[in-house]
Amino acid sequence: MFPRPIEKASPFANISYRVALPIALVVWLLPLAAVMLTSIRTIDDINQGNYWTWPSSLEFWNYVTIFQTTPMARFMINSVIITVPVMIGSVALAAAAGYALAKYKFRANIWLFAMFVGGNFVPFQILMIPVRDMALFTGVYDTHLALILFHVAFQTGFCTLFMRNFISGLPNALIESARVEGVSEYKIFWFIVVPLVRPALAALAVLIFTFVWNDYFWALVLVQSDAVKPVTAGISALRGQWLASWQLISAGAVVAALPPVALFFLLQRHFIAGLTLGATKG
Amino acid sequence: MAVAETAVAYVPPRSRWSQQRIAPWVFMLPALLFFGVYVVWPIIQSFQIGLYEWDGFSDKSYIGGGNYEELFDDDRFWTSVWNNVLWLFLFLLALPLGLAVALFLNQTVFGIRLIKSLFFFPFVISQVVVGLVFAWFYDPANGLLNELLGLVGLGPTAILSDENSVTFGIIAAGLWPQVAYCMILYLTGLNSVDPEQIEAARLDGARGMKLLWFVVLPQLRPATFIALVVTMIGALRSFDLVQVMTDGGPFGQSLVLGLFMYHSALFEYRMGYGAAIATVLFLIMSVFIAFFLWRMVRGERQTG
Repeated sequence: MFPRPIEKASPFANISYRVALPIALVVWLLPLAAVMLTSIRTIDDINQGNYWTWPSSLEFWNYVTIFQTTPMARFMINSVIITVPVMIGSVALAAAAGYALAKYKFRANIWLFAMFVGGNFVPFQILMIPVRDMALFTGVYDTHLALILFHVAFQTGFCTLFMRNFISGLPNALIESARVEGVSEYKIFWFIVVPLVRPALAALAVLIFTFVWNDYFWALVLVQSDAVKPVTAGISALRGQWLASWQLISAGAVVAALPPVALFFLLQRHFIAGLTLGATKG
Repeated sequence: MAVAETAVAYVPPRSRWSQQRIAPWVFMLPALLFFGVYVVWPIIQSFQIGLYEWDGFSDKSYIGGGNYEELFDDDRFWTSVWNNVLWLFLFLLALPLGLAVALFLNQTVFGIRLIKSLFFFPFVISQVVVGLVFAWFYDPANGLLNELLGLVGLGPTAILSDENSVTFGIIAAGLWPQVAYCMILYLTGLNSVDPEQIEAARLDGARGMKLLWFVVLPQLRPATFIALVVTMIGALRSFDLVQVMTDGGPFGQSLVLGLFMYHSALFEYRMGYGAAIATVLFLIMSVFIAFFLWRMVRGERQTG
């Protein structure tokens, strides 16, 4: 193990490490802690410039205020309406495509795989004008569907990379023996492969949820009305309206960040497995 | 009888064979369709739109390389390119910083799992929220940064309204989640470092930096590679943070190509010009994407 386990070091090093650890954590999360504290400050505190001290009294009412006076609830619902279908759609498309790329040999295989991987890294701006035009032309501009369709398509790149690498690890013998039994290709996929990749599907879904929930660019480009705006574009717009009401901005920011953070803590193992896939091989 | 049965089983009938040829395309069809319509085709279209003068409503008029000629004379373009270069280089600090944090946290003391997750936190949060948090951290009137500077008798500074410091301020904000990401890659990498090699090196008297450099880092190469590619691409893609924190200001000094393109296309109604900027950005990024794909394809060929 590297570095050497601290237990084996001198008692002094041992104690300093255990003291340094929480201090480092506090420093690392300082901006975040400040936002959380500010989100429960009173307006008086803010007006007096008490931004960084302990709040003089706790004002959880700020959270009620943002839901009462702004379309925050609507934004959150919009984010859910957009994110959930994308999660299902892109994972489903990618499971099938990933299986094809992992277990069938054909000439275009590696190039199609490279296309999915490469497409995943392109700058959004190169897609912006045509995708926006397409949305305007087909009449889906400023609807949830505009964002859902685009995100499904774009996330399919990353998901296919992920699924293909995961399915490659499944033993070929499994598929071969089913073929010998005369099971059709489609049934092999549905009854043998899909049940085996369930953990990967879960990991992927968590990751896609976070990516899509946090998307900002496409929310600016493909929708504009409050009725469809997801929460990222929502709080950014509200910021102009709230000006220096930092207690409200902070409360909004906390609410917007909550779903992915909660998901991360609930499904941490999946999340990290997803993100670091490929980091230990290749 | 038994012989005949095995023979049937091992020589697939013609329909089975053709099914095996068609099946992968059936499996890929939906993904290819979506990806083709929303990713591949728009890239080609953008190349083309870059050759036209177009406001998004009326007819396009072909001007050849006109947009590019104008672009190379546009100060905003060069500011953006310069800022993207700054992003690229400073963002790479996320690798050593992430490694440092990973080494610091790679222990097994009580509660370390929770601490690791909390360190990873910034990456899970939307860049919009990160931008808001840092905009406020830098706030000249009440920001924590100025409070801290005040304690040591410095400041106040207005990082985001000073054209010399604004980009650095935004990059620092961007590094926060990026370091978290690199950290998690390195933590995973450190888990799979071969303990026997480390012990052997220790017996040979290697320790500290030497051990890290000659024994550990070579084993972390896959993690470093992913961190490098994702960080570089993240730097070139920077948009959210700049848009949220300054929207390119003051006086366009914090513009990056992504934001410059967005402004030109959607606020100045210059689709052709925007597409030209996007094309330049795409070509720059293609170098990195091609490098990544080349490594990947080569790796695939080797492992078969």
